[in-house]
Amino acid sequence: MHAPDGFLNAGTAVATGAVGIGTVGMALRQTRHRLNDRQIPLAGMTAAFVFAAQMFNFPVAAGTTGHLLGGALAAILLGPHIGAVVVTVVVVVQALIFADGGVTALGYNVVNMAIVPAYGGYGLYLLYRRVMPKSSGGVVAATGLAAWSSVVLAAMAFSIEWLFGATAPISFPQVFGAMVGVHLLIGIGEGVLSALTVGAVLASRPDLVYGAQDLDRSQISDTRPVGMRAFAIGGLLAALFFAAIVSQFAVDNPDGLERVAEETGIAASGGGHALGGSMFADYATAGIENEAVSLAVAGIAGTLIVLAVGGGIIAAVREKRHDSVRI
Amino acid sequence: MGAGHAHALYLHGHSRVHRLAPEAKVAAGFAFIVAVAITPREAVWAFAIYAISLAAVLWAGDIPLRFLLARLPAVLPFIAFAFLIPFIASGEQIDIAGVAVSRDGLWAAWNIVAKATLGATTSIILAATTEVPDILKGMSVLRVPSVFISIAAFMMRYLELIVEELSRVRMAMEARGYDPRWVWQVRPIASSAGALFVRSYERGERVHAAMVSRGFDGTMPVLTERRTPPSDWLVAAVLPVLAIAVVVLALVTT
Repeated sequence: MHAPDGFLNAGTAVATGAVGIGTVGMALRQTRHRLNDRQIPLAGMTAAFVFAAQMFNFPVAAGTTGHLLGGALAAILLGPHIGAVVVTVVVVVQALIFADGGVTALGYNVVNMAIVPAYGGYGLYLLYRRVMPKSSGGVVAATGLAAWSSVVLAAMAFSIEWLFGATAPISFPQVFGAMVGVHLLIGIGEGVLSALTVGAVLASRPDLVYGAQDLDRSQISDTRPVGMRAFAIGGLLAALFFAAIVSQFAVDNPDGLERVAEETGIAASGGGHALGGSMFADYATAGIENEAVSLAVAGIAGTLIVLAVGGGIIAAVREKRHDSVRI
Repeated sequence: MGAGHAHALYLHGHSRVHRLAPEAKVAAGFAFIVAVAITPREAVWAFAIYAISLAAVLWAGDIPLRFLLARLPAVLPFIAFAFLIPFIASGEQIDIAGVAVSRDGLWAAWNIVAKATLGATTSIILAATTEVPDILKGMSVLRVPSVFISIAAFMMRYLELIVEELSRVRMAMEARGYDPRWVWQVRPIASSAGALFVRSYERGERVHAAMVSRGFDGTMPVLTERRTPPSDWLVAAVLPVLAIAVVVLALVTT
């Protein structure tokens, strides 16, 4: 997901840059009282861990591997504000020093890889926790679902940025379908690995898991796996979110048809775009018939991202009041 | 670990590019990449000028081409995507060697490949001629918040250590004949990731205790007070000023 320079247009880069700077600035202000001299080495060490974790390839199938993005994991281990800051540091250093991801692409890379997964993932984590039992098992299961969702959210965020800032004539439904489809699968690895990692930390240092600080000692030692019912409800919740959006357009997805139409010249008589001259790049709504659908899909996906990210930020700001001791 | 440790992307040298003040280099590199990013894709000549000027910087910095080529693959996944664009893009189709490709898609692919390569090359030159603490120092002169810089500094200091720890864990697993290939074999990897997190965190606690006992008060002491020589700003400005002139010309003519 480390997009290079010039991948999205300049306006999108500037807009996401502003969102990125604004949000990270807020996160830094929120964490100022916690990021005292004690916390900086810890945050730096965790940033190194996230960096290393991104090099940590896990098997997917038959020898192919994927790697952790770590946004949701960092948010659940450290809290969403520090999680977002830590992953932002990683992304910025990767762009500047390791040439991994473009420097002018930092705006959207930070939004997609740090802000959306950390806040959105944390918001959904809190949501999943509600249907899970108050136990280690519940935390682990909610982490898995939240990490999986965070990757899908990030893919959606990227697709929506593509709608505004496409640099190639590939329509939004195509990009959305490919990105979200692939990340529904990639996210499984992220979910499993994040859940097991949090489980391993809970087993040895439960005090280090920010997202589990509401548990008391007996609840932490309750490591029984979550019952089928709770997991099914949580899974259903997650699936509902995404299925609602993906199925929406999967039915209307005119890829094949569109192709035929263009090649046979039907498209030529299709008339001008209803949205020609609007802020949406022509590319993004290149599908002739499905502009309304793709905008609707983008709208729903955008609302979902805003809800999850906003929920995460609000919850984090609220939690701040009663946690003065922990990182 | 240890003092004076250079990262893998650094190329030791004493060229004029190496000796430039880091803040001038960071600012110049950033301005150059911005100019590249907003250049219209049809202005092929502009990209040629950018490439030539970067080649000149490579030469002035004594950076062998080999070194650059070995580090460019970081952008490969997106380049691969760029090569797919002409085939999946919509729009006017043209024939190349009997295969129908989208004209607009070809331009889009060229756009991504050119800008990604130039951007990555600039970052690689910056990293090759500037040590990490200097890059961070340059960023702080350029007013990046100090908390951010401190976190990045700790991260870079311990990154290698943690990555080595990681590879020891990996090696230990492999030495015992464990070579996971499927996603359901992921548990040992995840538990070692968990162990790594706890170890990193506890190391952070120990490092902090050690630092406090040596008088750490939340800010790193500045050992050498130094001003950016104006001549460095001037030398570093050559590249972005050239690029800005080119981009203005390109925007006017296309």
